[in-house]
Amino acid sequence: MGETRLALRRFARRRMALAGTFFLTLLILGALAAPLVSPYDPLRQDLARMLAGPSPAHLLGTDDLGRDVLTRVLYGARLSLGAACLAVAIATLAGVPIGLVAGYLGGRIDDVLMRVIDALQAFPALILAMAIAAALGPGLFNVMVAVGVVYTPRFARLVRGQVLALREEPFVESARAAGATHARVLARHVLPNVVAPIVVQVSIGVAFALLAETALSFLGVGIKPPEPSWGTDVGRGYRFMRLAPWLVFMPGTAILLTALAFNLVGDGIRDAFDPRQSRES
Amino acid sequence: MGRFLRRRLLAVVPLLLLVTSMVFSLILLLPGDPAVALIGMEDASEEKLAAIRERMGLNRPLVVQYVSWLGRVARGNLGASLRTGQPVTEAIRERAPITLGLALAATAFGLLVGVPLAILAARRRGGLMDAAASGLAAFGVAVPNFWLGSMLVLVMALHLRWLPATGYVSPFDSAGDALRHMLLPTLTLGASAVAEVTRQLRSSLGETLAADFVKTARAKGLAERRVVAKHALRPALIPVVTVAGLTVSRLVSNTVVVESIFALPGLGRLNLESVLNRDFPMLQGAVLVTVLAVIVVNLLSDLLYGLIDPRIRYG
Repeated sequence: MGETRLALRRFARRRMALAGTFFLTLLILGALAAPLVSPYDPLRQDLARMLAGPSPAHLLGTDDLGRDVLTRVLYGARLSLGAACLAVAIATLAGVPIGLVAGYLGGRIDDVLMRVIDALQAFPALILAMAIAAALGPGLFNVMVAVGVVYTPRFARLVRGQVLALREEPFVESARAAGATHARVLARHVLPNVVAPIVVQVSIGVAFALLAETALSFLGVGIKPPEPSWGTDVGRGYRFMRLAPWLVFMPGTAILLTALAFNLVGDGIRDAFDPRQSRES
Repeated sequence: MGRFLRRRLLAVVPLLLLVTSMVFSLILLLPGDPAVALIGMEDASEEKLAAIRERMGLNRPLVVQYVSWLGRVARGNLGASLRTGQPVTEAIRERAPITLGLALAATAFGLLVGVPLAILAARRRGGLMDAAASGLAAFGVAVPNFWLGSMLVLVMALHLRWLPATGYVSPFDSAGDALRHMLLPTLTLGASAVAEVTRQLRSSLGETLAADFVKTARAKGLAERRVVAKHALRPALIPVVTVAGLTVSRLVSNTVVVESIFALPGLGRLNLESVLNRDFPMLQGAVLVTVLAVIVVNLLSDLLYGLIDPRIRYG
């Protein structure tokens, strides 16, 4: 408990990490309270007001169907962030057990699992995600499974590396000598010690998944219109770039700031738990 | 070096087998009948489908299907497009040079901007240049390239009218025009490479500049410029080369988006078109060639790693 409190204190001293946390908190609150914050419906069309620039009535302007851009950015956060979190959850649930088993058992099992992970990592991420999404068929969930599969190797490699070092530790050996089963050693003694790097990877992974999901939606492989999603809205807005550049600028900036915030928070957690590993140093 | 080379080449064999089997398996993920997906017709008659299954060997055991597919691939036969009937190898031959040119230009841009930026940042830790370089690197990692590309088109092409917004011109038709058309795609694709190189090199050069052998070089009275160029840069480049494979893989991923924004008929766009058209023979071929290219670059970066750092090749 003492170590966690110390890490929290170190995290609170990092201005950039705090700024990232503040931005994400605001964004999540805004997304959850979207119906209260905005008087508009993200799907309601108002053709009399199409492609209107930013004004007091529509702070970020309207799109080609007269829909309020700010409202779509807020509602889009629900879908885009939710999708990114789902993809990272899939990657964590798949990658962490693979890394635990490979690192702990070693030998042939480790060899086989790591060769498969190597092969998955050889594929350029977006191309593999696109190919899996194409095979599974359209749909948000399928796209998230694809992004999750693509990110799984990161978790597997990270956890395996940690476990390789941990399994030689005296506390693990003594647990084994005391007769604990492999499953119990892994769950009670090894896993709690790899939680911090996993949390860091989750934060950086959400930024990756957000960029991947929005890129896939931009390309027409991900979330389908008319649902408000940042990537789909940038893709649609691109067609009206000359007339209404805000259609690309606003949701694009939301993606940029959110990805940046998750990276900053990830860096902050890493530095807080292990100041020696600091990316800044 | 010979033993190191042999070891690395041998390690590629199982990787190739796994990667090819994964590309082959894409067709197995398809819901429904692979025969329907392979000919691209939903309403084909049962006799016709049975004939296709027989002809393409879809009713044989999976391992047999994979080995026979691999045999065809090894002979350079990747099938034909479901949409146009064009042989897949021909489509790839036409499009790969465009992607290769774009990727090389973006890598060169990443190195030409990233290396000096990292040196300036590492030499004055905590200074203005360091803050600017770190900020730029953080931006480069988080920026969606479809947004960056759109913004560049908006400013450089639509407002200032300095460069064309989209399109491709072959350098064999007009070198100047080709260069003008490739500038914005190169900047868009290269931004993340600049960020990667700056981040890695800034961090490793910072450590190297504080090392004892660098202090010795300074104590001998060498000029700082010579200390950095002759002594610190080479060991500091090792971590950069280690992640070069990952950087290239990310770059290749991003070509899909960049080629799509700037309407470049490259391999990335071929990947996307075959996904959108559900053109599976084309998709398998394009994905296979892309991943093989990444594996070759990874192998080269490993060999380069061995050349820079003798501990690796004799380890």
